[in-house]
Amino acid sequence: MSHDHDHHHHHDHDHSELSETELRVRALETILTEKGYVEPAALDAIIQAYETKIGPHNGARVVAKAWTDPAFKTALLEDGSKAIGTLGHVSRVGDHLVVVENTPQRHNMIVCTLCSCYPWEMLGLPPVWYKASPYRSRAVKDPRGVLADFDVTLPKDVEIRVWDSTAETRFLVLPMRPAGTEGWSEEQLADLVTRDSMIGTGFPRTPGAPS
Amino acid sequence: MNGVHDMGGMDGFGKVEPEPNEPMFHEAWESRVLAMVRAMGAAGAFNIDTSRFYRETLPPHVYLSSSYYNKWFLGLEEMLIEKGYLTREEVAAGHAMQPGKALKHGKFDLANVERIMVRGKFARPAAAPAKFSIGDRVRAKNIHPIAHTRLPRYVRGHVGVVELNHGCHVFPDSAAMELGENPQWLYTVVFEGRDLWGADGDPTLKVSIDAFEPYLDPV
Repeated sequence: MSHDHDHHHHHDHDHSELSETELRVRALETILTEKGYVEPAALDAIIQAYETKIGPHNGARVVAKAWTDPAFKTALLEDGSKAIGTLGHVSRVGDHLVVVENTPQRHNMIVCTLCSCYPWEMLGLPPVWYKASPYRSRAVKDPRGVLADFDVTLPKDVEIRVWDSTAETRFLVLPMRPAGTEGWSEEQLADLVTRDSMIGTGFPRTPGAPS
Repeated sequence: MNGVHDMGGMDGFGKVEPEPNEPMFHEAWESRVLAMVRAMGAAGAFNIDTSRFYRETLPPHVYLSSSYYNKWFLGLEEMLIEKGYLTREEVAAGHAMQPGKALKHGKFDLANVERIMVRGKFARPAAAPAKFSIGDRVRAKNIHPIAHTRLPRYVRGHVGVVELNHGCHVFPDSAAMELGENPQWLYTVVFEGRDLWGADGDPTLKVSIDAFEPYLDPV
């Protein structure tokens, strides 16, 4: 592993190298704390919760259950929030999660062209590319070009449906179950579900492929 | 507003660049910004629509050249100043110089953390019956409000089909400007790709937006 210091990267022992942004962010936190608006320990706790509790493992459990339990899948496609609410471990999904199913005829993709709307509770915080201009600008106009950036190719006759999250509704793609997974447990299947497959910019891993 | 944030269909931004094994935060300050935005919102200093509006109103060159969490930071700082929670002098000094203003929900402390990990509720009782039914053809209005809206430019003037009805929700156009929640019916409206992008568009493409009733006209 390289020990090179990226000039954007700073350590606590290296105060002389704090970036202007870092200084401004620290100053704002100082002011908010001194004025009695926030408790720094509460900010620490928010960050810790995002770092430990939320992430694509939540969505992967939901997808794996839908692949193995037809009644759950039906309920999930009917009312995503309600169905996920029945699973104790991922219950904080909000009122309006819509699950959209990929089929051999139709591939779904999610974007937020206006900002960065994303189902945090199911997938964790969104990756930089999801929030950045290239994806937001092109997903609704040239989705096959975007998929090519992810090395994903779809048959020419497959319909592409792009869902632009312009309100507080959140969308999650239910990808197709990979072939060769007959008899697999939910836990085994969940390991194949990638974050990108639940956004629509990727597919689940296939059995035997590296994770 | 027709801001640079409304990016759907714009050309020239280049390739999407996925980052293998992307960390949750690239720098520690990003996590502090996320936490401050969540905390001050939960304390009642602003709502989600107002915070989006402040990011959109960053000057276009700043918006385009700032990283994601930097946009969040710049929007947060400006919003808190304009709402009187802090002053430019305090920001320049890096310290509080006068007492804080009362927050609607009080100080954000440890006891509040659990509550914000639950996604907010935006559904509201309906004041009137829904104007549109599933399957109706509707035209996205050709409107160009100078304030906040969630109707993207690329669908304006185009005809689509109502596919889902999500019930009545807080109307961002009102909420962002602090004119009240003004709940409105919310629909998923789906458009043919070629209606949006012309004859050269992908013939297999369909695009939907979530549209509030005031954005739509019957066809």
